[in-house]
Amino acid sequence: MSESDVGARALVAGHGDFAAGLVSAVGQITGRGDAFVTMSNRDMSAGDVERAMREQLDGHALEVIFTDLPAGSCTMAARRLQRERPAIVLVTGANLATLLDFVFHTDVPASEAAQHAAEKGRAALVVTGGAPGGH
Amino acid sequence: MAIELFRIDDRLIHGQVVVGWGQPLDLTFIVLVDDEVASSEWEQELYRMGVPPEMDVHFHTVEEAAERLSHYQGDDRRGALLTGDIETMARLIDRTRGITRVNLGGIHHRAGRTQRLRYVFLAPDEEKALRALAARGIDVSAQDVPAARPLALNEVLSGEGNR
Repeated sequence: MSESDVGARALVAGHGDFAAGLVSAVGQITGRGDAFVTMSNRDMSAGDVERAMREQLDGHALEVIFTDLPAGSCTMAARRLQRERPAIVLVTGANLATLLDFVFHTDVPASEAAQHAAEKGRAALVVTGGAPGGH
Repeated sequence: MAIELFRIDDRLIHGQVVVGWGQPLDLTFIVLVDDEVASSEWEQELYRMGVPPEMDVHFHTVEEAAERLSHYQGDDRRGALLTGDIETMARLIDRTRGITRVNLGGIHHRAGRTQRLRYVFLAPDEEKALRALAARGIDVSAQDVPAARPLALNEVLSGEGNR
């Protein structure tokens, strides 16, 4: 669970402590860790992940899910839920830049903020260095 | 080459398989054996979306997989074969001679099962089925990720693997 779910607008789900770690970083940077609820798929079956995700979405009236790997069981569970709830917006491959952008777009619907956040997260992946002769 | 991993995992295609095993073993195809998934285009599309484009996924019923196993075993590429439960793997083994080892990768909690490892819970009939496979010479071991030490079936069933 998140440190506080007051005003939660999205669920962050992934392997290990991925979600808790990212949301902790969001809290440290912006003080808005409460924009998210979190869950881990650790030691869960596919059915358990889907049940836990459904509970989180229902319990907090959420329609936006951020996950880590496209192949992960959290992503699979989210896609299954999308089948019955087409309004759900799923962003896979989420990173810190994604979540930071999301928390600052409170003036638009969460689904729209998620689309924008995905673009920011993609743009944040930058490689530098690696010139020949480097050590 | 051919099929490098015969895995029982109730999550079927997920991060541990695609990345955790897929990268170090250089897997380029997955054979997913599940009668229900094999009959559902939607389920197949769901699993296809989870793998990188360079990785092929083939969906088969147990009967189809038994017929095609030698074809996959002759493939120049490396692959993994997945079933979601012990019963499906046992049925496949009953119908083919090509499987000599089975990896227990994820059999999670449900009513009637007892925890044997962090990621392996077994009902009495499942333990019996695994013992039967081992008695036939199948090398059954538990290993969730490649970096973990494989645990022989006896270690799993005795609880030694939890110590």
